[in-house]
Amino acid sequence: MLRYIVRRVLWGVVLLFLVSLVIFVIFYIFPTADPAELRAGRHASPQQVELIRKSLGLDKPIWYQYLRYMTQVFTPFDWFGAAHAPGGTGPFNFGYSFQSTAPVKDLILNRLPATVWLVAGAVVVWLAIGLPTGVISAIKRRSLLDRTTMVTSLALISAPVFWLGLVALYVFAADIGKIPLFAGQGTYLDAHNIVTIPGPNGAILGGKVGAMILPWFVLASATAAIYARYLRSSMIDVMAEDYIRTARAKGLRERQVIVGHGVRSAITPIVTLLGLDIGTLLAGNAILTETVFNIPGVGRLVYTSIQRSDLPVIQGVTLFGAFFIVVFNLIVDIAYAYLDPRVRYQ
Amino acid sequence: MSLLEVEDLRVSFATEDGTVKAVDGVSFAVDTGQTLGIVGESGSGKSVANMTILGLTRSPATTIEGRIRFEGKDLAELSAEELRQISGNEIAMIFQDPLTSLHPFYKVSKQLIEAVRAHQDVGKDVARRRAVEMLKLVGIPDAERRVDNYPHEFSGGMRQRVMIAMALINEPKLLIADEPTTALDVTIQAQILNLIRELQERLGMAVILITHDLGVVADVAREVNVMYAGRIVEKGTLDQIFYDPQHPYTWGLLGSLARPDRPRVPRLAQIKGQPPSLLAPPQGCHFRPRCPHAFGRCVEVPELEQRAGEPGHLDRCWLSAEQKRTLRVVAEGQIGLEVPAA
Repeated sequence: MLRYIVRRVLWGVVLLFLVSLVIFVIFYIFPTADPAELRAGRHASPQQVELIRKSLGLDKPIWYQYLRYMTQVFTPFDWFGAAHAPGGTGPFNFGYSFQSTAPVKDLILNRLPATVWLVAGAVVVWLAIGLPTGVISAIKRRSLLDRTTMVTSLALISAPVFWLGLVALYVFAADIGKIPLFAGQGTYLDAHNIVTIPGPNGAILGGKVGAMILPWFVLASATAAIYARYLRSSMIDVMAEDYIRTARAKGLRERQVIVGHGVRSAITPIVTLLGLDIGTLLAGNAILTETVFNIPGVGRLVYTSIQRSDLPVIQGVTLFGAFFIVVFNLIVDIAYAYLDPRVRYQ
Repeated sequence: MSLLEVEDLRVSFATEDGTVKAVDGVSFAVDTGQTLGIVGESGSGKSVANMTILGLTRSPATTIEGRIRFEGKDLAELSAEELRQISGNEIAMIFQDPLTSLHPFYKVSKQLIEAVRAHQDVGKDVARRRAVEMLKLVGIPDAERRVDNYPHEFSGGMRQRVMIAMALINEPKLLIADEPTTALDVTIQAQILNLIRELQERLGMAVILITHDLGVVADVAREVNVMYAGRIVEKGTLDQIFYDPQHPYTWGLLGSLARPDRPRVPRLAQIKGQPPSLLAPPQGCHFRPRCPHAFGRCVEVPELEQRAGEPGHLDRCWLSAEQKRTLRVVAEGQIGLEVPAA
C-alpha cells in the first residue's frame, strides 16, 4: 500500500511539472497581448516598452523564462536571473499582477477562502442529497420517488447554473425574492460573523453561513443530480451481483446487505468523481456561481484577469488550480486503493 | 418425517414477454444425513427450485405455489425475517462461482465473522476463532494468517473451500450446493466433492447437490432426481438411475457421457435440439419435441409415477416397461438416446 502511495505521489509531481510547462507554452505561444506594451501603457515610446520588457525579464528566450518562473515559484535560489526579475528569488513568487501591481500570490490567497467555503458547503449538500437519493431510487425502482428523482435530476443537470442561481435569487433572496428566506447577492462580502439570526434584509440566517445557503444549494444541485443518477445505476448493477445473493443466503439483514455489501461496492466510482469535482471547483470552476452571487472567490479572479489580459494572475491561478486537481486526484486514487483492495496490486 | 419435504412446488416469473414457468410441480424430500443429487441442464429449474427454499427468488414478479416443509414448518409461508433466521443457520447454500460469490472488498475474516454474528450473539473475537477453526476444517493451510486475506488472494479451489467454511460455520442441518464444482478444474472438483462428503459425515448434515454433471452425482449422491424444463422426469437411487434408467432424457444424459472405458467414438452422442422455452412449453411431456421415441400419448402430461422397476423409482414416460428396456440399448451394452456414430 505504501509503495502504491509513493508511486502515485511521484507521478503527481511529474504531472504538475508537465502542467506548468503546458500552461507556460500556451501563454507564450498564443499571446493575447504583449505584456510589456500593456504594462507600459498606450502612450509609451518603443524605448520605454523595451525597458519595461527587460525589467519584466521578457527579453530572454522562452525556455529561460520558464525555468526562471519555476525557480521563482518553487525555490529560493537565484537561477536564470531570478533575483533580477520582478519579485525576486522566491520561493512562492508568482509574479505581480499587471492590473493592480499586487503580488499574484497575495491576490490568490485573498480569494481562496471564499471559494473553499463555497465548495466545502456545496460538497456537503450534494453528498447529503445525492447519495441517499441514488441508493433509495435504485432499491425502490419504478416507484414514485424513483421517477420523480429521475425527472428532477434531468432538469437540474440541464439547467445552466447561472440560470438556476438567478431563479433562486428571484424566489428566495431576502431583499428581492418572492419568498424572502435567505440572504441575497453580495451579502457574503459584508458578512462579519459566521452566523447571524436573523440575517440582513429579513432573511432567516445571515452571516457567512446565511449568505452561502443559496449559493451552496445552487452549486450543489447539478452535481447532486449527477451523483444520484450515477449511484442509482451503480447500485442496480451491484445488487445483481453474486455476492449480494450470498449475503442474503447467509441470513444478513436487508439493511446490512444493501449498505454493507451493496453501497460499499457501488460507491467507489463516486469517490473518483468526487475528487475530480472538488479539484476542478477549487481551481475556479465555480466561476458562474461566484459571479451570480457576487462571492469574491478564485473563479471571479480568473474571469476578471482574463478580461484584462492580466497574464501573471491567469498563470498563477491556473498553476494553483492544476495543483489542486493533481492533489485531489492523488487523494482519490489513494482512497480508491483503500476501498478496493484488488487495485493495490497493480 | 423427512428433514425437508418439497411438495408440488411451482415458481413462475412475470416478464414483459409473458409468464415463465421455471418450476412446474416439483416434489422431493431429503432425510437427515442423506445426499440428494439433482441433475439437469441450464434452464431445467434446478437452481430456481432450490433458491426458492431460502426465499432467494421472492420478488414482486415471482409467484410461488406449493409447500416447502422444513422440520414441519412451511418455509414458503414464512416472513422474510423468519426466513432470514434460517438462512445461513439451519439451511445453508453455496453457489457456483466462488470468485463472484464472495465480496471482493472485504477480508475473508470479516465475511466469516459476519456469518457467525448474524445468527449467534457472540463477540468478534469468539467469531474470529470460529472462523479460523472452520478454515482449518475445510483444509486451508496456514489458516491463522490466511483468514485476513481478501478473496482474490485465494485460488479457485481455496475460494470454494472458504465458501463452504462460511456456509457450514453455524452447523446447518441442510447444505444446498448449487453446482459447487462447475467453475473449478477437474482435479479440484474431486477434492471439493470429497470435502463435502467428509463434512457431511462429520456434521451429520443433509446435502442437496445440484449439478449438470452425472459424473459428479455418481460420486456423492444416494438418491438422484433428474430435472428437465421445470419438472422432475425421473427419480430413483443412484444405481436405479445409472443401471435401470426409465426416461429417454436420462438415457440421453447417460449416452452423452464420455466413457474412458469404451472405445473412442468419432462423435459424442448428443441430445438433438434445445430445451424448450419456458414461456410456451410444449403440450404434454416437455421432452416430446426432442424425443426420438415420442408417440401419440405424449401430448398428455405423464405424471411422475412408479411405472416399472423397484418401489421409489418414479418416472414421467408413457412408454411401456418392455419398450423402455429395448429402446434404451443403442449399442452393445450401451444405454443412450441415439445410436452412436460408427
